[in-house]
Amino acid sequence: MNATATTPRVHYLNANYGIASWLLTTDHKRIALLYLATITLLFFIGGAAAVLIRLELITPAGDLVHSETYNRLFTLHGIIMIFFFLIPSIPTVLGNFLVPMMIGARDLAFPRLNLASWYLFTAGSVFALVVMVAGGVDTGWTFYTPYSTHYSNSHVVLTIVGIFINGFSSILTGINFIVTIHTMRAPGMTWFRLPLFIWAHYATSVIFILGTPVVAIALSLVAIERVFRVGIFDPALGGDPVLFQHLFWFYSHPAVYIMILPAMGVISEVITCFSRKRIFGYTAIALASISIAVIGFFVWGHHMVVSSQSVYASMVFSFMSMLVAIPSAVKVFNWTATLYKGSVAYQAPMLYAFGFIGLFTIGGLTGLFLASLAVDVHVHHTYFVIAHFHYIMVGGAVMAYLGGIHFWFPKITGRLYPEGWAKFAALVIFVGFNLTFFPQFLLGYLGMPRRYHFYPEEWQVLNVMSSAGASILGVGYVLPLIYLVWAMRYGAAAGPNPWRAAGLEWQTSSPPPTDNFERTPVVPEEAYAYGPKEEAEVV
Amino acid sequence: MSETRAAPAHQFDDFEQQYEAASLGMWAFLATEILFFGGLFLGYTVYRTLYPAAFTEGSHHLDIVLGSINTAVLIGSSLTMALAVHSAQVGRRQAIVGFLALTMLLGLVFLSIKTVEYGHKFDEALVPGAHFVYDGPFAPQVQLFFSFYFIMTGLHALHMVVGIGIMAVLAWLAWRGKFSPTYHTPVEISGLYWHFVDVVWIFLFPLLYLLGRH
Repeated sequence: MNATATTPRVHYLNANYGIASWLLTTDHKRIALLYLATITLLFFIGGAAAVLIRLELITPAGDLVHSETYNRLFTLHGIIMIFFFLIPSIPTVLGNFLVPMMIGARDLAFPRLNLASWYLFTAGSVFALVVMVAGGVDTGWTFYTPYSTHYSNSHVVLTIVGIFINGFSSILTGINFIVTIHTMRAPGMTWFRLPLFIWAHYATSVIFILGTPVVAIALSLVAIERVFRVGIFDPALGGDPVLFQHLFWFYSHPAVYIMILPAMGVISEVITCFSRKRIFGYTAIALASISIAVIGFFVWGHHMVVSSQSVYASMVFSFMSMLVAIPSAVKVFNWTATLYKGSVAYQAPMLYAFGFIGLFTIGGLTGLFLASLAVDVHVHHTYFVIAHFHYIMVGGAVMAYLGGIHFWFPKITGRLYPEGWAKFAALVIFVGFNLTFFPQFLLGYLGMPRRYHFYPEEWQVLNVMSSAGASILGVGYVLPLIYLVWAMRYGAAAGPNPWRAAGLEWQTSSPPPTDNFERTPVVPEEAYAYGPKEEAEVV
Repeated sequence: MSETRAAPAHQFDDFEQQYEAASLGMWAFLATEILFFGGLFLGYTVYRTLYPAAFTEGSHHLDIVLGSINTAVLIGSSLTMALAVHSAQVGRRQAIVGFLALTMLLGLVFLSIKTVEYGHKFDEALVPGAHFVYDGPFAPQVQLFFSFYFIMTGLHALHMVVGIGIMAVLAWLAWRGKFSPTYHTPVEISGLYWHFVDVVWIFLFPLLYLLGRH
């Protein structure tokens, strides 16, 4: 099969040169790199806000920044990280690059729409950055009314415009993926031969197109009310602030699955490759992605247990939230079972995958605590919640994102990253992450509320631990930035398939030619053709 | 085979695949649109349930005659749109342009009538916000009704403006002979969009104008 071992002279990176060849490209691979550059910048901006937050919290007194500045910092951190990093991260970078390649297509179905969505995303981020420079926004990333509509003296409307534009970008990406996966699969690539990465992105795209418009309209109503004073969510005029919360969380809870489902897709690819085994329970994992996306639409009320929502509604939402744990657990068990009797190799992407499984499990199980009504009332709005969702989003999604970037780095750039540094960075991130966020579980359980910049002295030790962990984590994130940029230029040539991985994207040269494949591949069998059969083939 | 478009776009194998992709893409986009309007319909339903009397009172201030005329105009425009799509399928270039122009005209008639209606509301000080004046026990909730009236019909009108813009481009392309029985996907999926906008109105009209009127 590996007849294309010599790198062709022309590939997608050197096909043409110049700024215009990038800014006007319709090649999904180049657009993925445009996204990579944009979201990396945004990630470090959002991270800088987190640095200031953790610095402030080293001491019990609110001494580093003013309380109003602190509000703007955590809002900036939340908005940038959620809307402008985590939601787009894996789909727009790895998904954009890999969805067409994994199904054996030349490009996404709508290449120009794909470029348009990058421009929309960039325009949205410019709004967010303008807001940051102009003085920020202080509502928290949740924009709860009536604070956001009546009382906040910050750039609420401008921020909403940015998020609204960004939402269009998500929707266009979602439509592009759904259509591509439906209509552009290579001959023989049936639905149940698709890599699980594709199933995960399909499920994510469904949430993109069905969830995003709801938050768009909810935030538009906030902006309309704020500008025209019309009272849609204003109790004085008969409006209901809780309605805003319903509309907001109808998207913003499924948004969590936008962040985690693609991450799960990455993990399925990495685990199989580095244990040289077919995935255990392919169908179960594929359908688990779909059921997470579907059930995920019916759990939003667990954010609103103390919001005056009916207790019966809370019970239903609690039940549904417990239910979503089942497909999530199915995945974790199946990945673990895949490792069983595999030839496990401890390459950097695999370390990230291990990190993901452990941290996601902790994040998921603490999610069950929060889904239990009585416990939720106790820990609502505390650091317990912060720790929980950071275990999912940072311990889960960011770990998988970095693991995926490493795993496909040879394919994207045609070069190998320095393995030693990569393993070291993965370890630093794991240690730093746990030191940052595990103390927050304890703080939250002891009752420390989120979003305050001062706290009683007895919580200082745990907060100092958390801040110390954050500095380690920060180093861990800067390391890959340095050595990956270095490796883009100086890394050893990778060849088409350095991991001996299955999957169509590995059957073409690295970096791939502009049309991805020399000729359209034909798929004769199921995904993840690892194992004994493979050894026989090599001989 | 058309002379102007001999080959499908490079990422597709054939015209059929390209057509399937485009039409699925439009359907997925319409699913998005349903959820987009859905948030407003939900809000409207919640408040209508909370304040039925105020909302009935509010709907009495809407002009049912103009509303009905507009409904007829819009349904007529869906017919002309369907005829434009049919003309594209059978490759009658002038008929495509003609029916698109007629659809645009009907769309403009709708928007003009809507503007007249908005003007009346403005004169009666029923536009929500600082200048809203209303006497009666339900004044705040009636304002809520008008907030939804303006936002929902406004968003609908915005979609019509976009639709008319799309049709202007299509008519120009059709005039230049860009469509043929093998390739007329843009006409077809724009038709889907236009019918969707029409259907939204079919829901808006009874919800805002008719419910609780008698």
